[in-house]
Amino acid sequence: MLDKVWLVLLFPLLGFLLNGLFGWKFKRGLINLIACGSVGLSFLVSLGVFLDLLKLAPEARHFEKVLFPWVVSGSFKTAFSFLVDPLSALMILVVSGVAFLIHIYSTGYMHDDPGYVRYFSYLNLFTFSMLLLVLADNLLLMYIGWEAVGLCSYLLIGFWYEKKSAADAGKKAFIVNRIGDFGFALGIMLTFVIFGTVYFTPILERAPEVLQYGGAAATAITLLLFLGAVGKSAQIPLYVWLPDAMEGPTPVSALIHAATMVTAGIYMVARLSALFLMAPVSMLVVAIVGGVTALYAASIGLMQNDIKRVLAYSTISQLGYMFLACGVGAFGAGIFHLMTHAFFKALLFLCAGSVMHALAGELNIQKMGGLKKHMPVTYWTFLMGTLAIAGIPGFSGFFSKDEIIWKAFSSAQGHFLLWFLGAAGALMTAFYMFRLLFLTFHGKSRLTPELEKRAHESPNKMTVPLIILAVLAVIGGYVGIPHLLGGGNRIEKFLEPSFGQVSKAVETHHSGGVELLMMIISVLIALGGVYLAYTFYIKKTELPKKLAERYRSIYTLIYNKYYVDEIYNAVIVQPLKFFAIICWRFFDVIVIDGSANGLAKLVGLIGNLIRRFETGYVRNYALGFVVGVVIILGYFMLR
Amino acid sequence: MNMGESFPILTVVTFLPALGIVLLLLVDKNRQLLVRNVALFTSLVTFLVSLFLYFKFDPGTGDMQFVELYSWIPSLGMGYHMGIDGISLFLVLLTTFLTPIAIWSSYNAVTEKVKGFMISILALETGMIGVFVSLDLFLFYVFWEAMLIPMYFIIGVWGGPRRIYAAVKFILFTMTGSLLMLVAILALYFVNQSYTGVATFNLLDYQGIQIPFNYQIWMFLAFALAFAIKVPMWPLHTWLPDAHVEAPTAGSVLLAAVLLKMGAYGFLRFCFPLFPEATIHFIPLFSILAIIGIIYGAFVALVQKDVKSLVAYSSVSHLGFVMLGLFALNMQSLEGSILQMLSHGISTGALFLLVGMLYERRHTRLISDFGGISKVMPVFAAFFMIVTLSSIGLPGTNGFVGEFLILLGTFRENWLYAAFGATGIILAAVYMLWMYQRVMFGKVDKPENQKLKDLSLREKLILVPIVIVIFLIGIYPSAFTSRMEASVAKLMETVNEKYRVEEVMPQVQPRRDFQIDESQLEVSTHSFGGGEIHRGQ
Amino acid sequence: MPVPLGYYLGLAAIIFTVGVIGVLVRRNAIIILMSIELMLNGANLTLVAFSVHLQELSGQVFVFLVMTVAAAEAAVGLAIIVMIFRNRESVNVDNLNIMKW
Repeated sequence: MLDKVWLVLLFPLLGFLLNGLFGWKFKRGLINLIACGSVGLSFLVSLGVFLDLLKLAPEARHFEKVLFPWVVSGSFKTAFSFLVDPLSALMILVVSGVAFLIHIYSTGYMHDDPGYVRYFSYLNLFTFSMLLLVLADNLLLMYIGWEAVGLCSYLLIGFWYEKKSAADAGKKAFIVNRIGDFGFALGIMLTFVIFGTVYFTPILERAPEVLQYGGAAATAITLLLFLGAVGKSAQIPLYVWLPDAMEGPTPVSALIHAATMVTAGIYMVARLSALFLMAPVSMLVVAIVGGVTALYAASIGLMQNDIKRVLAYSTISQLGYMFLACGVGAFGAGIFHLMTHAFFKALLFLCAGSVMHALAGELNIQKMGGLKKHMPVTYWTFLMGTLAIAGIPGFSGFFSKDEIIWKAFSSAQGHFLLWFLGAAGALMTAFYMFRLLFLTFHGKSRLTPELEKRAHESPNKMTVPLIILAVLAVIGGYVGIPHLLGGGNRIEKFLEPSFGQVSKAVETHHSGGVELLMMIISVLIALGGVYLAYTFYIKKTELPKKLAERYRSIYTLIYNKYYVDEIYNAVIVQPLKFFAIICWRFFDVIVIDGSANGLAKLVGLIGNLIRRFETGYVRNYALGFVVGVVIILGYFMLR
Repeated sequence: MNMGESFPILTVVTFLPALGIVLLLLVDKNRQLLVRNVALFTSLVTFLVSLFLYFKFDPGTGDMQFVELYSWIPSLGMGYHMGIDGISLFLVLLTTFLTPIAIWSSYNAVTEKVKGFMISILALETGMIGVFVSLDLFLFYVFWEAMLIPMYFIIGVWGGPRRIYAAVKFILFTMTGSLLMLVAILALYFVNQSYTGVATFNLLDYQGIQIPFNYQIWMFLAFALAFAIKVPMWPLHTWLPDAHVEAPTAGSVLLAAVLLKMGAYGFLRFCFPLFPEATIHFIPLFSILAIIGIIYGAFVALVQKDVKSLVAYSSVSHLGFVMLGLFALNMQSLEGSILQMLSHGISTGALFLLVGMLYERRHTRLISDFGGISKVMPVFAAFFMIVTLSSIGLPGTNGFVGEFLILLGTFRENWLYAAFGATGIILAAVYMLWMYQRVMFGKVDKPENQKLKDLSLREKLILVPIVIVIFLIGIYPSAFTSRMEASVAKLMETVNEKYRVEEVMPQVQPRRDFQIDESQLEVSTHSFGGGEIHRGQ
Repeated sequence: MPVPLGYYLGLAAIIFTVGVIGVLVRRNAIIILMSIELMLNGANLTLVAFSVHLQELSGQVFVFLVMTVAAAEAAVGLAIIVMIFRNRESVNVDNLNIMKW
């Protein structure tokens, strides 16, 4: 099966081509079969690859497959070639699995959309791109997937292109991603200049000899690459595209947030762990960006009233956690969280989609409430997801998030402040998620009468994926039970070969007692968040308003997302536009064309003067001729 | 060089279109369809014949292949010398590939004076191929100038409302450069004669001589001016938007796809091997101009109101990449530049085709007149999307490979140049996607747009080969780079070797009086008896 | 005793100058044409004189050349003048300024 790993990519690509080129002729059933079937097959192949990999000894779990050469120029060589190791095997499993469920769900959700075929072909392309990104064994091939997921997000966010906001959001996503890609591309170039290759295996093997620990080269490479990750994974300061990405169909949001797009940055950093370990400064930057983003985005999430926006900010925040983990050297914990997050975030988004489906696209949670009785499956699955993301013990999010927060404190690169960022973020996470849950499903219904009548549970096509994801969201964490609780932390052990010497770098120097203490603290924090949300939104529903009145300025600041979009617009977008107009209207038209046309005018002017001498009388010309001859002869004679 | 005896395939490829002109002259000008078909047929045959070049090309050598060398005006050393290497091969193919497409695209667009139009296009094709295959400077100059004439007519006769202004501007800008180039060619001729005693315009013969540095500078500048105007490099670019906006679609396509490449090609073929030290001397200047061009072109494109001038300014930006790559002078950057020339030809050509198709339907090119076109013309939207993506260099399409190799090569020489150049990639996404959004997305709010017809079969067939090539270059570029490799390596060797030799050797003192051979002058003036007058000092 | 070279040249110069002045001051096109003939003949005389003086035949060859050209020129010139007269009823050059800008 390992040798057939390219089939993982082939199926979604074929699905895209078939539906994209001929889909307009196909019947619904065939479209569904192609779209879901291709991703399903891809998942099965991934599963086969994964199991085959498991059969090998841990050290031997490394397989490369070359298809055909790609860009070859002098000493620069790349190919369409794939790398299967524990990291990528796990990723393809998560990506294709979650994507498959989302495809199934979409057949219900997008049922009435006129762009049905287009939607599914894009979705297949999206899956293909992400799988390519994950399987690539060199940076440049990864870059294809990297940009292609950007493209797909552009296409899918702007799927309802007649809406200006959707088209704008798609464009914004692509452009902000491009800014990150700029860094990524430069990082690839620098890597090539220093290593002479862009293949992962030699780079990672030789990083310790080629690079100087903490040297400028290592720092520069990793920071440039990290810029790419910041763009793709929506971290400060390039996170602005993700909340707007809500304009796309909800399953797309699920796909972007859970499986196919934003996790790319984490994956890349984890993939290049050996490089990042050579650059402590970069590690610190990664950790700080991650930690600050985790807290910052969570704080925005507290105040949002749009169900999808809350989830979007929560994704940014959770991605921050993953970077925090990578930044302190706990790459395994980061990937673990990536996986559990994929389950519960896909679940939450699909639930949100289910709610929207029931309420004719209503997004404002202030206008919902009491939906529990109308849509029990959605409610219960949403609850599972909420418990998981809030970090309640026993659910998947607890294991992964706790691991990160603990590593932020305990690892060699960790620090108390990093721990604090994570812990404070965790409090807010629990609060805003339960706020969302309570406002949407509990309490009195605030629906309009028509919606009240309309509200219904979604069809099976949609609820079955929800249930599967809910199960995964609950049990997904049991592959990584920490040693402390008697587990073997199997996932980190499994990933270890991909990270090489990493585990030694983050060797903890704290005793089990401290770990237990910290775990209890983080559980208490999570429960505290839940309790606060309960007080605010179930028991004393008037309290939020009062607080908002009291701290008016802070409330407006956070409610308006710290005005970041507005600031970017005023500080970056407008001046650049102005500059562009100056270039064109002033420099091009006046300076360059002005001088060119001015030259032409000058010639015309001189001609106009000179032509006065042309009287048309031959005698005048002859006289001029004679005078000229006399002057020339005279000059030579009298000289 | 022993292939001269075999089948003169380059001559055939070059003059097949001219043969088509002769055929066209025999056709009644009122039978428009026949006229069009004859022209299309000729160009298609030319393309098929030129494909042989690709398959027969020997990628193992950097020398000229398919060489034809005949004496033409032996007393002056002018020869009929043709040949191609891995650099010109693809430019010839690009020309022959796009000409039939351009002709086919004008079946509906050009309805007046069809015969004249087709003759102009075919004449243009002969001129363009001639430029790429000439290895004799005189022959090259003849083709270089001859090609301007049909282009002048294409813009000036079949163009838009301001066509005369645009055509004259085009001619004046280009001529200014070419005249200086002519002077430099003559200077080169005499320098060579003073060294070797042989009067020749043969390019390959020039490569052996060591031209003193201070001459190199001036000759380089004279050549470079001609080529830089053609490219066009900032700040000599303002003829381009005017010419593009006014030219008919087919003219824009060929102008963008091929004519602009001649500038870059000129640098590769003439400036670099002939004046290596001057080239190295001018690297910073030209790199910075190229970077300004990349960023400036992108910014100005951003605020254009006319789709065609937006695409024209995007050309300025893309050609900035090409120039940046050329002046980085290493394997990756040079191959990247050549690939980028092809890519730009393909994708910008396709953009002009698409804009032309819109124009045929709506008779406007203002961005603000459109909106929501995706809804009424979905097939068109899909093609437009693919071409847009290739233009912004999405990996997997042609645009990416060239741009990336250029930046990679530049990065190896100077990371700062590469970093500045790379901002062009971001800006490209901004202006192209913004344009795409305003034209294609949103609601159909103009009643005129509601009844637009989607692409006809002919239009689809025009675009399909382009899309195939877009992905071919994007996914399997080795098919192209493998054939360039030897030639590019040879070029680099020439530049570097000469440079190194010059570093070590003491400056050769040239003869002071190389310009005018005085003994000849005396002979020619004696018989009239007046020769002594000026010289009695 | 042969006539010295200077005499020939002097005469030629006088004839030439007469021709030049004629071209410049006369208004009648036919007279102008005749004056041009005078100038040509002045030049011819110089050529012949030098030819003899230098013992070189090419000067006389040139004279034949000039005479042929002069004859052709007179024929064409007269034809033009006749055409102008038919169109304008005048051969006064002051009326002929059609070569103006």
